[in-house]
Amino acid sequence: MIRNLALSALTILSLGATQALAAGEATHITDYAFSFEGPFGTYDTAQLQRGLQVYTEVCSACHGLQHVALRSLSDAAGPALSDESVRTYAASIEVPDGEGGYRAAAGPDHFPQSSNEQAPDLSLMAKARAGFHGPYGLGINQLMRGIGGPEYIASFLTGFTGEEVEQGGSIFYENSAFGGNVAMNPVLFEGGVEYSDGTVATEVQQAQDVAAFLMWAAEPNLPHRKQWGFLGVVFLTLLASLLYLTNKRLWAPVKSAAKNG
Amino acid sequence: MSGIPHDHYEPKTGIEKWLHRRLPIVGLLYDTLMIPTPKNLNWWWIWGIVLAFCLVLQIVTGIVLVMHYTPSADLAFASVEHIMRNVNGGYMLRYIHANGASLFFFAVYIHIFRGLYYGSYKAPREVTWIIGMLIYLMMMATGFMGYVLPWGQMSFWGATVITGLFGAIPGIGEPIQQWLLGGPAVGNPTLTRFFSLHYLLPFVIAALVILHVWAFHTTGNNNPAGVEVRRTSKQDAEKDTLPFWPYFVIKDLFALVLVLLAFWAVVGFMPNFLGHPDNYTPANPLVTPAHIVPEWYYLPFYAILRAFTADVWVVIAANWLSFGIIDAKFFGVLAMFGAIFVLALTPWLDTSSVRSGRYRPMFRWYFWLLVVDFVVLMWAGAMPAEGIYTNISLIGSAYWFGYFLVVLPLLGVLERPTTPPTTIEADFKATVKAKAAKGKVAAAKIPAE
Repeated sequence: MIRNLALSALTILSLGATQALAAGEATHITDYAFSFEGPFGTYDTAQLQRGLQVYTEVCSACHGLQHVALRSLSDAAGPALSDESVRTYAASIEVPDGEGGYRAAAGPDHFPQSSNEQAPDLSLMAKARAGFHGPYGLGINQLMRGIGGPEYIASFLTGFTGEEVEQGGSIFYENSAFGGNVAMNPVLFEGGVEYSDGTVATEVQQAQDVAAFLMWAAEPNLPHRKQWGFLGVVFLTLLASLLYLTNKRLWAPVKSAAKNG
Repeated sequence: MSGIPHDHYEPKTGIEKWLHRRLPIVGLLYDTLMIPTPKNLNWWWIWGIVLAFCLVLQIVTGIVLVMHYTPSADLAFASVEHIMRNVNGGYMLRYIHANGASLFFFAVYIHIFRGLYYGSYKAPREVTWIIGMLIYLMMMATGFMGYVLPWGQMSFWGATVITGLFGAIPGIGEPIQQWLLGGPAVGNPTLTRFFSLHYLLPFVIAALVILHVWAFHTTGNNNPAGVEVRRTSKQDAEKDTLPFWPYFVIKDLFALVLVLLAFWAVVGFMPNFLGHPDNYTPANPLVTPAHIVPEWYYLPFYAILRAFTADVWVVIAANWLSFGIIDAKFFGVLAMFGAIFVLALTPWLDTSSVRSGRYRPMFRWYFWLLVVDFVVLMWAGAMPAEGIYTNISLIGSAYWFGYFLVVLPLLGVLERPTTPPTTIEADFKATVKAKAAKGKVAAAKIPAE
């Protein structure tokens, strides 16, 4: 016990610091700027539409989005597709018809599940990963930068180092955001998709767009939530001011009696 | 209610008299609301109201959430997403309920530490303290079972680890664990029984809260001076107290709204800050998360649980003395529950004749060290159980037990307390005058324009 005490006192100053630092170095997350950051940030409709395109043309080959209803693509605070576009988009997707066959999807249907068993569903991925933790696991930089889910996704998609290793017959790819080897191969390439709004489809652009889209998929009510937050803060500030004055006046005679008594 | 002399409810109209003879409920409410309250209560005394509000908030939001939630291992996760996406205002309800638990525990910790500092646990308030500890235990159980309901990865593995604690009891542990889980491992029966109990326990808490309030309404509130209200006559009592309504209701409401302002900002702008990202991944019995971390409010006790590894000499000694029955795991479980048990025993461990920490010069240092210790343990509990962090947890745990079992009993003998004011009235006057003098000094510093 005494030995432990002495050991701890020493290592607090030396080892502890370097250990935590080393853990931080293992992964590399870029703090991308997103439109939905901060107390007033909302989704960028054009970016969500580009992200939907990347998701459809690239990610959906393996991954699913089972908690997201296709109709929600028309959300004004989200991708804001027209009803016509939603119908067209839905019709291009096949879903089980409940009788063993398949039929074209419609608005009320959800995006399909992952087709590849190894590929996780992406509905909540932007909330299921934290890009930022530190310092020392205190989470203080989450207060400054946010939890960092979308930053993690974008960093992951651009984080392939090019190193490959073969293990048990399958190939694994080194990824700097993950901090190790992953089964997923690099999927984004310069010009891999062609944006209709004229945005140049660099690898980083695609990664950020699809990360923003997945954030919307995970938290479609974010703009409404922030509105509630703002309204509540204003209301409670007013209420607190009134109660402060009421309380002051209520206690004034009691306090002046005590001061002069 | 007995206790401090004050005016009681007098039914005036015919219908009031009629009801009062049959069911004196208006009188009960009146006497509760008008209870004489020490004038000198400071801002640390507002957390009781915050806690009462939290209980109501959690029950009301919880009842609505239940209308949309499905307690089934196959459907629970999706039903929570249904609440987040399709239910009107569902995302606010769920975030308020989830963060409401954090506010609840934040408030209860300040409330407990306030009691520890001002000696609110001392005679004649031991029963209030014990009931408070029971409420706290019920809160821990309720919060834990609520965290399992979304059926995410942390829900599942948290349930596995915590019920595993009971499995560490020698001999009878495994049958108990199996009984708690409703099967050999965490599964659908675990979810459904946790759901049932998560709905039940808040009402048990509500009943205990009534007892808690009843107990301290009988003894009267403690106060920062730690001296009792004079009960010699109504006139004397009125010099020391003010009725709860309107003086403390308005004061507490003001404080409550300030607390809610901060709470609402968290819910509106960073609702997932206090949660764990892994709980947005559906429960998977085949994949264990890298670090299983409970919610922040359990972390200090989680750190104590993990601090006692097999190489610590107390554990080795316990193992040897018990002929191997007490292993490191079971020792950790005993330490964790023991940490809460010694907290409950505080009224009998503190030997000092002075109640309020304000007049105990040595006690104050040890008290604030305990607060720091609690925060350090919280941090260590969130860290992986290896290397330096186990050592920090061990030092933290040693101080926690040391404070209650050694420091508190000894201080009563070793310490020379300063003299508390003779009456609450005197303390209140001194505080108000000191503040006024401070204000004058500050005003004199402002340059005249």
